[in-house]
Amino acid sequence: MSVTRILDLIGVSRIVGGQSILSDINLSLIPGEKLGLIGPNGSGKSTLLGIMAGLIKPQSGEVYLGGKPIRDIRRRQIAQQIACVAQHADTSDRLTVREAVELGRTPWLSALRPWGDEDEEAVTCALDVVGMGNFSSRDWSTLSGGERQRVQVARAYAQSTPVLLLDEPTNHLDIHHQISILDLVERLSSTIVIALHDMHHALRCDRVMVMEQGRCVALGSPLDVLTPKLISEIFRVNAQLVPNPAGGRPVFSFQSLT
Amino acid sequence: MNQGSAASKMKWVWFSPIILAAALLFGTAIGETRIPFSTVVDVLSFKLGLSGAEIDVVDMSVIWNYRLARAVVAACGGASLALSGLILQALLRNPLAEPYLLGISAGASAGAVSVTVAGLGAGLVSMSAGAFVGGLTAFAFVALLAQAAGGSTGARGAGVIILAGIAGSQMFNALTALIIAQSASAEQARGIMFWLLGNLSGIRWPDTWLAIPMAVLGLGVTLWHLRALDAFTFGADSAASIGIDVRRTQALLIGVATLMTALMVSMAGAIGFVGLVVPHAMRILVGSRHSRLVPATAIAGAVFLVASDVVSRIALPGQVLPIGVVTALVGAPVFAIIMIKGRKR
Ligand SMILES: Nc1ncnc2c1ncn2[C@@H]1O[C@H](COP(=O)(O)OP(=O)(O)OP(=O)(O)O)[C@@H](O)[C@H]1O
Ligand SMILES: [Mg+2]
Repeated sequence: MSVTRILDLIGVSRIVGGQSILSDINLSLIPGEKLGLIGPNGSGKSTLLGIMAGLIKPQSGEVYLGGKPIRDIRRRQIAQQIACVAQHADTSDRLTVREAVELGRTPWLSALRPWGDEDEEAVTCALDVVGMGNFSSRDWSTLSGGERQRVQVARAYAQSTPVLLLDEPTNHLDIHHQISILDLVERLSSTIVIALHDMHHALRCDRVMVMEQGRCVALGSPLDVLTPKLISEIFRVNAQLVPNPAGGRPVFSFQSLT
Repeated sequence: MNQGSAASKMKWVWFSPIILAAALLFGTAIGETRIPFSTVVDVLSFKLGLSGAEIDVVDMSVIWNYRLARAVVAACGGASLALSGLILQALLRNPLAEPYLLGISAGASAGAVSVTVAGLGAGLVSMSAGAFVGGLTAFAFVALLAQAAGGSTGARGAGVIILAGIAGSQMFNALTALIIAQSASAEQARGIMFWLLGNLSGIRWPDTWLAIPMAVLGLGVTLWHLRALDAFTFGADSAASIGIDVRRTQALLIGVATLMTALMVSMAGAIGFVGLVVPHAMRILVGSRHSRLVPATAIAGAVFLVASDVVSRIALPGQVLPIGVVTALVGAPVFAIIMIKGRKR
């Protein structure tokens, strides 16, 4: 039996200052799947994404990229396979939207492989995909929070990697652009891990991993995992699944626990 | 703006040899003693084998041995210091980073002075080696101090590392003063103190044989890392996520910046603010992408220091001002402006 392995985490833990931030995470990504990470603030979602990207070293456990320990792979090679959008990334440099997206091509360029038409196309395409095509020559500093977020997504998209890690990419976005980012995620053939806070967004993923205080409390298809019982335990709210009168996915109704 | 049109915007780079030559000519033509411009041209064309006019030996010596060598070192040093500042600003994500303000110059001075006074040889190579070790030690000290104070990144980090730089500068300057007081003769001490403020008057041709290769090497390494420097736009983590080996890049480039600064310090003392003024002025002119910023900064740094040197020679009649005083007079206000602008963000 041959299984294509993309990204595997085995027994990953991280401790900072005596406090356990992640403990014993085991996870194997299925090629092409969209995995949602969901959990309260501080539950370790960003840390887990950082570890998956090889940016943070776990104290114990191992991350495998394509079957090889990620710590043995050179940064450039990792960046040709994994792109990520961080939760907070900003700059005070004066640069245009297009120049920001061009950074995504960095892992593909070298002295022997200078900037070319292919890169130009990837950048244009990435800008169009997030609906920022008309903003190409705008200064970064003049963008709104949501526009910046979309440019960051475009930068990661321009990186043309098989794996995409998105840390709350719908942050700051109006409802239209939230949906369009999720549509994009659904449309792409890449394997995508996406940290989320909105349960309705989580319902659109293939699998959901629920985290609490650095532990994985549940992993599976969204409707199996996001039960009213689990939601009340982890998120301390009452949740009810209401059938969608227009058909399609059900919707949640939340009330405070009393 | 795409990279294609960036290339067309880069045409001015081809004028850089002319700009550089003009700056050198300017630096050679102006000095404490007035020498007619025609004599300057005669000397240069004679030395370059273009003509065989009769020239006064003194004029010849002043123009060729003294002024031109000095202008060449000023140009190389200006480019080196400006590039050092640019590298530190890009890698530390800190608009105020500069070898002088981060204490690297002070550390290099202490290193160079200890080597001289300890009698390990007053040659340029041993002094430069001492300066390099001193500069690296100072940077390590400042970086560790900033880290311990809990700020190496972010808006607060920018201030913290400058404070650490001040502490480092003070400490290494005190160390230098201590070494001088302990072991230098009164004569030696006066010379060292004057040199410490930045002074190009001791420069002769042999100095250029280190200054030119250093500037060329520094520029070469920086040009090789243009994309890596750009990659730090959104911080070190973002650079890593687009394939940059952050540790290696930082070690190499900060090492080169320190080496350039150390060599300049051992030749001409601590000349401050060049690495602050020039890159910021160039950002306004050509933007923040390093493919344009690096060449522009190198050329402008060269021109700036040659011009500062000329000003230092003619500002006070009959007296030579340390060049560090001239660069600080321009640099301190620029520092203030950047600080005020940073606060508004
Ligand atoms: N370098 C660090 N030092 C100390 N604590 C840290 C460090 N990095 C993360 N933590 C802690 O680890 C926990 C998990 O952080 P993480 O950023 O992964 O949470 P998150 O699930 O992404 O939260 P959010 O929903 O708010 O983005 C938090 O309690 C955070 O304070
Ligand atoms: Mg987070």
